[in-house]
Amino acid sequence: MVGSRLWELFLDSFGKILLPGLTVTIPLTILAFSLALVIAVIAALVQFANIKGFQQIARFYIWIFRGTPLLVQLFVVFYGLSRVGLVLEPFPAAVLVFSLNEGAYCAETIRAALEAVPSGQLEAGYCAGMSYLQTIRRIILPQAMRTAFPPLSNSLIAMVKDTSLAANITVTEMFMVTQRIVARTYEPLLLYLEVGLIYLMFSTVLTKLQRIGEKKLQTYAHKGG
Amino acid sequence: MLEIKNIKKSFGALPVLKGVDLQVNQGDVVAIIGPSGSGKTTLLRCINYLETADDGTMVFDDESFQMQKVSKRDVARLRKKTAFVFQNYNLFQNKTALQNVTEGLIVARKIPKAKAVQIGKQALDKVGLSDRYDYYPSQLSGGQQQRVAIARAIATNPEIIFFDEPTSALDPELTGEVLSVMRELAKEGMTMLVVTHEMNFAKTVSNKVIFMENGCVVESGDSREFFEHPKEERTKAFLQTIHDTMSLAS
Ligand SMILES: Nc1ncnc2c1ncn2[C@@H]1O[C@H](COP(=O)(O)OP(=O)(O)OP(=O)(O)O)[C@@H](O)[C@H]1O
Ligand SMILES: [Mg+2]
Repeated sequence: MVGSRLWELFLDSFGKILLPGLTVTIPLTILAFSLALVIAVIAALVQFANIKGFQQIARFYIWIFRGTPLLVQLFVVFYGLSRVGLVLEPFPAAVLVFSLNEGAYCAETIRAALEAVPSGQLEAGYCAGMSYLQTIRRIILPQAMRTAFPPLSNSLIAMVKDTSLAANITVTEMFMVTQRIVARTYEPLLLYLEVGLIYLMFSTVLTKLQRIGEKKLQTYAHKGG
Repeated sequence: MLEIKNIKKSFGALPVLKGVDLQVNQGDVVAIIGPSGSGKTTLLRCINYLETADDGTMVFDDESFQMQKVSKRDVARLRKKTAFVFQNYNLFQNKTALQNVTEGLIVARKIPKAKAVQIGKQALDKVGLSDRYDYYPSQLSGGQQQRVAIARAIATNPEIIFFDEPTSALDPELTGEVLSVMRELAKEGMTMLVVTHEMNFAKTVSNKVIFMENGCVVESGDSREFFEHPKEERTKAFLQTIHDTMSLAS
């Protein structure tokens, strides 16, 4: 009757693992990714527009956050900064680190997409009487964001899974809750597979949303007639 | 209304414009012709400050400008009085035909949206696209895209429109629809400066022709005079080549 005991454990823990998924993993992802996009757009634009000074700051920021492990960044911010008197709660610390880390990657994605917009679009904006900023905001950036949509979706999906690292700085998200249940029940195989399955569900939903989003954006990208 | 004197422009060590003069009066349709690489596109781009000339003066509506050091503010002001039609259309890819036309009105000229839409529709109607308001550029043929670009140009009620080979990216069967729109504009007295390879258009629509070669104006003057009695040997040779290729093609 081992089978039925495991099945019961599976059912019993499913809700217990899913709950922090809905209340911690998803809010953490949404908050951090939204912030990451804001940071990324700014870091990409200052580079694209060659704004002296800011451009160097953006390059430096991207260099640091792409060049060091996410786990190390989490530890530095959560455990490290408290040594210099900057004590952060686990959740805000996680939001901060995830958004800065993701922002660095997304900045490169968006910068590449900005550069892929033909220069004639900017010139057409000028000739229509629009300023640089007006053309960037209304013409160039929207086109770049559409180009960047698939790779950004990719980053988002990667981020949902990476939030499991937040367990290391005591955020009680799905993975930490699973570890606790394992400690009580000694069923690591079943429970880690179970939490993996829930991550897979989240990713699947996001993949579906990406498909729908891409379809919607296709109208204007559709070549020919 | 537009006068350019001694405009010069080099790209690195390559001199592309070597002191070109040009005059356009209100209602003129001026055709700029010449072999590939002679600097026609560069000339138009300098006049609209998409490139900065190395030297030259411009008089526009009795205001005089030193072309190599015009302020951003003056450039913005000048551009609002002009319009540009590109060889490859350059329609805003993320905007519909109607939005392409209204964008410059709403954003740059602060015209209320309802009014802008009304002007935009009128402009599209005029170029024969009443049934394509909500199409994206990618859903339109080349000829239709270029007509949207012309609608975008006329909607702002410019004092002059610059055209850079507006039909040369088009299949031969689509050039007609664009040329006839331009012919219509000429008839209404629109001032136009047109770089073109369409000799027939230059002959029948323009009233002045400028023949450029190697960054210099070789010959310019009244269209009929130019085509019937070219003075310079180079002009005669050029017209002969065009004539030969035309007869070969047909
Ligand atoms: N941005 C640039 N950088 C360097 N060289 C350039 C640039 N733009 C144009 N040129 C050069 O300037 C010369 C004139 O070019 P331009 O495009 O003005 O000629 P054009 O008369 O319009 O030719 P076409 O009939 O082929 O369009 C060419 O030799 C070209 O290679
Ligand atoms: Mg050209």
